[in-house]
Amino acid sequence: MTAVAQSLRAHAAWHWWEFALIAALLVSWLLLPSQALLLNEIAILALFALSLDLILGYAGVVSLGHAAFFGIGSYAAALFAKLVMPDPLVGMVVAVAAAAASGALCSVLILRGTDLTRLMVTLGVASILYELANKLDWLTGGADGLQGVVMGPLLGRFEFDLGGRTAYAYTLAVLIACLLLARKLVHSPFGYSLQALRDNRLRAGSIGLSVNTRLVVVYTVAAAIAGAAGALLAQTSGFASLDVFEFHRSAEVLLVLVIGGTGYLYGGIFGAIVFKLLHDLISAWTPQYWNFWFGLFLVVLVLAGREKLMRPWTWFGSKA
Amino acid sequence: MSSVVLETRSLLKRFGGITPTNDVTIQVHKGARHALIGPNGAGKTTLINLLTGVLEPTSGSIWLDSQDITQLAPHLRVRRGIVRTFQINQLFSELTPAQSLALTVSARLGISGGWWKPLGTDPRVAPACEKLLAQFHLMDVMNQQVKHLAYGKRRLLEIATALACEPRVLLLDEPVAGVPEGERQEIFDIVNALPTDVSVLLIEHDMDLVFNFASSVTVLVNGAVFAEGSVDSISNDPRVKAVYLGESEHA
Repeated sequence: MTAVAQSLRAHAAWHWWEFALIAALLVSWLLLPSQALLLNEIAILALFALSLDLILGYAGVVSLGHAAFFGIGSYAAALFAKLVMPDPLVGMVVAVAAAAASGALCSVLILRGTDLTRLMVTLGVASILYELANKLDWLTGGADGLQGVVMGPLLGRFEFDLGGRTAYAYTLAVLIACLLLARKLVHSPFGYSLQALRDNRLRAGSIGLSVNTRLVVVYTVAAAIAGAAGALLAQTSGFASLDVFEFHRSAEVLLVLVIGGTGYLYGGIFGAIVFKLLHDLISAWTPQYWNFWFGLFLVVLVLAGREKLMRPWTWFGSKA
Repeated sequence: MSSVVLETRSLLKRFGGITPTNDVTIQVHKGARHALIGPNGAGKTTLINLLTGVLEPTSGSIWLDSQDITQLAPHLRVRRGIVRTFQINQLFSELTPAQSLALTVSARLGISGGWWKPLGTDPRVAPACEKLLAQFHLMDVMNQQVKHLAYGKRRLLEIATALACEPRVLLLDEPVAGVPEGERQEIFDIVNALPTDVSVLLIEHDMDLVFNFASSVTVLVNGAVFAEGSVDSISNDPRVKAVYLGESEHA
């Protein structure tokens, strides 16, 4: 094998810490049954952040309205269970399809314009969907949320229990499946073409890549994964409410990626763990002021840099 | 006379009150080594932008192999074989040279949309990259991110990326700008070694390089074709000399 072939292959090779992370996720289900509800929330947020990483970290498309697709997946799964059939896996497929279709439609809005216009357009789309879900109360339950969703057992056998163990196993399975899929995607020529158009759109076109087609495809895939995350939330909580479309959800997932880092696929998982644990820790300690401490953490993170924070042994000592 | 590969017919581009391309009709022949020269602001780069589809002409048309491509999208022109380099490097800063070239070769092979197998799985990709990396002295830095490369290396990658597209018509916009004197000839040697059916349109300021490289020359002044002909006729044209010495045309 030539040096170039080796070099290209090395980038797609598995690292030990990737195995370790996936193993840790699986072990957490076994060893921490009492924390399954929290872990389930973390895994859903991680999946949501993974989907944002595909468009933000790889394709360089900023979004302040990624909750739009999360919400569509959520409502689609809840409505399907209520109106058609309670099987969670069929509901998942329907929710993913609905989110993907809306992602494909919305992708035309982000093809043109600058980062600023994209922030506004994505924010706008999420706001429109929020208001739609609010006004269509005969269908969605409006501000009260969609009540009375009864989920069937997973694979026809495993009932969703109050402790969330079935839920967490289900979420983990979807998270790992999506992670493996995304991993295939970003190491493929398609994945590299996303990085190319993020770095230099002009040149990406000048080597014969159809920039717009690529953006439509990745936006659709990301929307589908966000929809899967939303569906997981609705299915494991048996509830869908306007909250899934809210601005804070779009902002939160962006924060998770800022904490975990973009463009290497695992930032969403690490970010979600840190975000949720900090949230839990700080709000247990000081429920009213958790935003203050979390805000302080973010300021320090951004000023000091993630690299520095993760290497405490470099905090003190000479600036050699 | 060899056949015409690329031509423009009465091409005109207007930006407000400025007309950087004014009724330009040129023909690039198959296998030509054609130079496009002219003083600063003559509209050379604008013409390249029109040929590659980055800009849309106000009027006039562009023809490739006797087909009108005036309305064709830029990336589709590349697939038909019109490839350019940029005066200012346009590279993928987070990728490495190996990845940049592997992606470009994949795009040329029509497999850049593959989303399952890793980049470089196709057995045709790595050898093509290796050849270019070796030719352009980039083997030693092929695993460094482009943003960390020295300017000279980036310049070489700029040209290697264009060649990875296997152009039929190669548009070189000041390819050796910023390249040390000693390495300039080497770049031209590689370009000269391209297959004889590849046409090259070169924009260059250094007259020695132009006269060494090109067989035919078009001189642009103020957006319009000022003179064209063989290297000999242009190099002896007193009007061209006058333009380049900065004297007024009718002196």
